[in-house]
Amino acid sequence: MRSYRTTRRAVGLLAAAALGTGLLSACASDDDDGGSKADSGDGGGGKTTITMGLFGTFGFKEAGLYDEYEKLNPDITIKETVIERNENYYPQLLNHLTSDSGLADVQAIEVANIAEIVDTQADKFMDLSEVKGVSEEDYLPWKWQMGSTSDGKLVGLDSDIGPMAVCYRKDHFEAAGLPTERDEVSKLWEGDWQKYLDVGRDFQKKAPDGVAWADAAGGVYNAAVSSNETRYYDEDGEVIYNESPGVQESWEIASTAAEEKLTGNLQQFTKGWDQAMSNGDFATVSCPPWMLGYIADKGGEKAMGKWDVAQAPVPGNWGGSFFGVPEAAENKEEAAEFVAWLFAPEQQAKLFAERGSFPSTPSAYEMDSVKSATNEYFGDAPIGEIFATAAEGTPVQIIGPKDQVIAENIANGLRLVEQGKEDADGAWDSTADAVDNALDR
Amino acid sequence: MTQTGSTAAAPPSAEGGAAPPARRAAARDPRKTWRSRRYRWDAKFSPYAFISPFFLFFVAFGLFPLLYTAWASLHRVELTAPTDMEWAGLHNYSRLLEDDFFWNSLWVTFVLAVISTVPQLLMALGLAHLLNYKMRASAFFRVAMLAPYATSVAAATLVFAMLYGRDYGIINWVLGQFGVGEIDWQAGDWTSRIAVASIVIWRWTGYNTLIYLAAMQAVPQDLYESASLDGASRWQQFLHVTIPSLRPTILFTVVVSTIGSVQLFGEPLLFDETKGATGGADHQFQTLGLYMYEQGWRNLHLGRAAAIAWVMFLILVVIGVINALIARRLRKS
Repeated sequence: MRSYRTTRRAVGLLAAAALGTGLLSACASDDDDGGSKADSGDGGGGKTTITMGLFGTFGFKEAGLYDEYEKLNPDITIKETVIERNENYYPQLLNHLTSDSGLADVQAIEVANIAEIVDTQADKFMDLSEVKGVSEEDYLPWKWQMGSTSDGKLVGLDSDIGPMAVCYRKDHFEAAGLPTERDEVSKLWEGDWQKYLDVGRDFQKKAPDGVAWADAAGGVYNAAVSSNETRYYDEDGEVIYNESPGVQESWEIASTAAEEKLTGNLQQFTKGWDQAMSNGDFATVSCPPWMLGYIADKGGEKAMGKWDVAQAPVPGNWGGSFFGVPEAAENKEEAAEFVAWLFAPEQQAKLFAERGSFPSTPSAYEMDSVKSATNEYFGDAPIGEIFATAAEGTPVQIIGPKDQVIAENIANGLRLVEQGKEDADGAWDSTADAVDNALDR
Repeated sequence: MTQTGSTAAAPPSAEGGAAPPARRAAARDPRKTWRSRRYRWDAKFSPYAFISPFFLFFVAFGLFPLLYTAWASLHRVELTAPTDMEWAGLHNYSRLLEDDFFWNSLWVTFVLAVISTVPQLLMALGLAHLLNYKMRASAFFRVAMLAPYATSVAAATLVFAMLYGRDYGIINWVLGQFGVGEIDWQAGDWTSRIAVASIVIWRWTGYNTLIYLAAMQAVPQDLYESASLDGASRWQQFLHVTIPSLRPTILFTVVVSTIGSVQLFGEPLLFDETKGATGGADHQFQTLGLYMYEQGWRNLHLGRAAAIAWVMFLILVVIGVINALIARRLRKS
């Protein structure tokens, strides 16, 4: 009886011990994963895993840049985690930064957020200007400045820029009796967004059924406002969106387009927009180089060769990102070296050739792979030349910490006009209310 | 009342009478005292130890966040620097009074609560009544009822958002067959609310049906028998036997559904095509939960978001109190 009891107790103890060690070892292996200095086992030097925190589609992996770097540096592996939309990615990044945990070794920062990051989180990031292989002369001065603090610390290294052109459907243009050749199309609206609107009116009179001139009022606004130097903030960092002429004129153009039903009443990057693109429901869309791949993906075989690219009335810049290495990152030295390599002119040129992200390094514009780049899907348009020209004409924008919130609310206001819920003036008042509420003014 | 009280109190006093000799005996032997004391402590404290995990978790993940949110709501706090708190007193609350977006979201929440809860509970009641009949494959129907409840909010909402699509959605296509023109479900004030409410109704009707069904099966059969002897029709039986017996259950489902409606978040968030927090361009389906999310995670004002969270909590407390009052009245009648 007694011995039975002791055995039972012994078994119980053993079980508890086994469970305990099991838990401990589970923790330990967790640490290995998180610590990312996973040993390769044979003592031939540890391998370092650099983690990338990204949003959207940058396409570094698809362009083979990770593989290339891993080949150059055999003791490094690169992993990425991607969140689709920046407005979901950004709050999480802030959360991680303020708690110093959960950060990737490299974090992407969208241009609409860079001012806020530089303003409020600069001490959480490494100074990348000190890193070997990074030299200021390689980069566009205005883009470099956006990523640095006033005392010259480089918080985010810039990866690309987004000079905008207009992508248009040749078949719809032909049906409406407009020229289809890209230089002639560029001339139609050269120099003034108002002309783009006028051509749109002509187009709409003779357009095929169900085809709108532009995809979305928000898209037209975004393209027009981006061609202005001053948008939501003045040079002193004051919010001036409600008196800024650039915003007023762009709102005027976009809301007129909406009221006259020149737009497809769509929202960019939604399912409806994708479907409209594959069915050819709109004739023009303002496109930065990184959007070409998206249009080709959604348009598919059906629209192959029907698109072309012309110059925008006045070119603006949309997008282009920055990459920072958080101080709290696991492998920040290795990560900084990798970032320096990844965004050097040669690699930016490669990324453009593969994925269409336009380099922020002027020396890349002279490289053959950029200069003579054409895009088969867009009727062999010389996109290298087109976007380089656009980039030259792009003004240096004054950016502010709340650019994204203001722009989102304005786009929302334009939806009200498109949906016929309010006229342009009423929608502007609603928009101003929403922006002031969001900014806590 | 006094009568029963005194009889109930009698047994313990008899036990108490027996206790003194035992205590005297224990005093004689210190080892026995120790043991009996341990037994007493065991009986006294181990229940607390057993229930403590729940309360520890509740303190860590329920009470602390609640109090910290209250503290944060009295400050200006931004997500860019959550540790820099600047005292703001009740400003975050007082500004809500004149905040049109807040009143709009309160109104939307109320409307959605009504148009989702009322049809849902009525349908659940009817379905439960039908399922309560003897029929073939009743187990199958009961499981089928619960299937929507087992799907995730996100999956269900994304599918519904596609069904309600303006240009290529099935619902518009079907309506088109009957000559109804294209409806922009998301854009309209009421169309969008009806669409969101339909997602809620689809997910929760089955759940409430099963609750009603369980309650119906507990209604004594003799009540129905005597009712039918009195010549009551099926419908009369339903009205005068089933419904009164179900009153406490109905109250329970009303309260649970109302709480769910006040917290409505996933459906309106994902119904919007951009997954934005504004609940449509005109904020036409922005609920309190969405407005809180917009303030905290889009506009980065954590203090204001915390104040909205607390207002939501207070609304729920009020609903709870009303529920308690009604329940007490029901019990009395």
